Amino acid sequence: MQGEEVPGATFRRKDLLGLADLSREEIKTILTTAASFKEISTRSIKKVPTLRGKTVITLFYEPSTRTRTSFEIAAKRLSADTVNLTVAASSAVKGETLIDTAKNLEAMAPDIIIIRHACSGAPHLLAARLKSSVVNAGDGLHEHPTQGLLDMLTVWEAKGRLDGLKIAIIGDIAHSRVARSNIHGFRTMGSQVVVAGPQTMVPPDLAELGVEVTFSLAAAIADADVIMMLRLQLERQGQMFFSTLREYSRFFGLSPKHLKLAKPDALVMHPGPLNRGVEISPEVADGPQSVILTQVTNGVAVRMAVLYLLSGGEASGTAA
Amino acid sequence: MGLLLRGGLVVDPAQDLEDLRDVLLENGRIARLAAPGTIPAEGHEVQDCTGLVVCPGFIDLHVHLREPGQEYKETIATGGAAAAAGGFTAVACMPNTQPVNDSAAVTRYILEKAAEARQVRVYPVAAISQGSEGKILAEYGELQAAGAVALSDDGRPVSNGQLMRRALEYAHTFGLLVISHAEDLELAGNGVMHEGLVSLQLGLRGIPAAAETVAVFRDCELARLTGARLHIAHVSTAGAVAVLRWAKSQGAPVTAETAPHYFSLTEAAVRGFNTNAKMNPPLRTEADVAAIKQALADGTLDCLATDHAPHSVLEKDLEFDKAANGIIGLETAVGLSLRLVEEGVLTLSQLVCKLSTNPARILGVPGGSLREGGPGDITVLDLNHPWSVDVSQFKSKSRNSPFHGWQLPGRAVMTVVGGEVIWEL
Repeated sequence: MQGEEVPGATFRRKDLLGLADLSREEIKTILTTAASFKEISTRSIKKVPTLRGKTVITLFYEPSTRTRTSFEIAAKRLSADTVNLTVAASSAVKGETLIDTAKNLEAMAPDIIIIRHACSGAPHLLAARLKSSVVNAGDGLHEHPTQGLLDMLTVWEAKGRLDGLKIAIIGDIAHSRVARSNIHGFRTMGSQVVVAGPQTMVPPDLAELGVEVTFSLAAAIADADVIMMLRLQLERQGQMFFSTLREYSRFFGLSPKHLKLAKPDALVMHPGPLNRGVEISPEVADGPQSVILTQVTNGVAVRMAVLYLLSGGEASGTAA
Repeated sequence: MGLLLRGGLVVDPAQDLEDLRDVLLENGRIARLAAPGTIPAEGHEVQDCTGLVVCPGFIDLHVHLREPGQEYKETIATGGAAAAAGGFTAVACMPNTQPVNDSAAVTRYILEKAAEARQVRVYPVAAISQGSEGKILAEYGELQAAGAVALSDDGRPVSNGQLMRRALEYAHTFGLLVISHAEDLELAGNGVMHEGLVSLQLGLRGIPAAAETVAVFRDCELARLTGARLHIAHVSTAGAVAVLRWAKSQGAPVTAETAPHYFSLTEAAVRGFNTNAKMNPPLRTEADVAAIKQALADGTLDCLATDHAPHSVLEKDLEFDKAANGIIGLETAVGLSLRLVEEGVLTLSQLVCKLSTNPARILGVPGGSLREGGPGDITVLDLNHPWSVDVSQFKSKSRNSPFHGWQLPGRAVMTVVGGEVIWEL
């Protein structure tokens, strides 16, 4: 897709809720726009007036440092006004429903509400009821579309294409919204997706999404162009999903020995935060094939593109 | 003065009757069935039933009326009105009220409220265990004396196999039916919908079909062990159907029901995070729907029940994970079931059997037939009365139906209880 321009194409959605229903053209539009926004973050004055006068609210019902910060920086670099709301799980218990909270926020006329919530579908509940644009910053086990987009941008920049690449996603697929968004996004863009993990963490029916499923790390990463390691949620150990961290690390952690099985120029990715020494060895995380920090950098660009396009901006970022 | 229903097609599977008859009700009972035009009209209220189907009153042996305790969702009066408008002349109400119906006092309270409401007949189902906590048996003898017709921990299944065995034995002592909500709670985990492709795509935690199958198997084996009468509630899976078919072939004293949503909808209805498609057991797959229809046709599933579960927006207008399970069903059940006749899955007589004859037999209550001398409970159907489901017109206090806007082929047009027309379209 490199070099393909999409002149005049506009992202005509009110909300960004997931990658499952985005077309190839829509994903291209977001990625090309994001690529053009990257330069802004390299300037000494990292700010353009594109979204001046727009109000962006981040509404986070789950703890997050990197995603919320990334969205906030993205909004600020476009000159939007940002308000961050972190709703502790305890205050939701006090009684206000999600819909009431959102309606109250909307009464203050924001343009975009960015929500993260532990319940799958929470952003959809808001999107159906609010006039504001809604961006899903991660809902339950469902989707994390901007993570999928920044991962695709990172691969596209490094490889020059997405079509025909072999993407291996390793770990707890069942509980990963990152995996779901990446599966949808990379499949739509023509990549081959292989997943591996212990069967306890690989949902039944996964193959029906057009994904190759294996329970062997080595089989998944053989000849892979990209190896995406998922974060192991450590509390899963007590929930019968695996035996010990030591064994998990031995069979499903990415070490230099495993990395040799992939293509020599394979990229190593991780959505963070890392459990060093569990799903990824420090040597690999910090090694030459790792693009983990590039993912973080690209996160800002992708989120700038999403905020810009949802505000009615023209594709490819000419306004910047 | 009697009530004379003239010119209708009488369908009464208990008498193997499907023919034009006039039906005279007197003193609350069926007085006479006779060839059309042979009963003199003088002195009777006459209802012309030409072109309509006259059936023994429909009995829904699985509803939640929410009273006492959650009257904002439904009351015995509003639930009774919904039942009447849906063509039911009797309902059996589950014990998961607040307080739980685990005592003669609550059972009597329900019966008093039902008598005041003067709607359909209400048969209380009492709890298997005290507080439905799955620990200590409730007082079955006293509950029966107060008017309870069966026992169930519906919604809070008995996970302890030993308790279930003892419950069946103790119930058998009093000749009471046990209705099992068959679900392995550990396997179901914190699932909120059927485990399959749709749950994978929506990122919602799944309940595997096996959670139902293994529980049905356990309870069927316990029924064989104890000889106690067991009824399996809301069967939703092909696996449970296969287990039931086998258990019945082995002579297990088991009957079973399904609900209209399990043959009308699949897991796909959850797409868009539709909380009106959230229920327990969850909506399953196309293959399960096909198995349920087959089991209705071959008699493995004995009856239809609604699992009418009213909830307000407070429980449903929420994140899917947090929304309550259940949908209302009393006012759509007959219309949805008539689709089975249209599709050729069931004959009209088989359908009446599953809505009236069999539920009466399973619960051991009067009705289920139009035999002379039996209770004057009648449901009159119009098979050719297409209508559009509009929840705003429902008699139920709640609106949580996934069938809003559906076109249905026919419906009940008159409901008669004890010889009195309690509802008429």
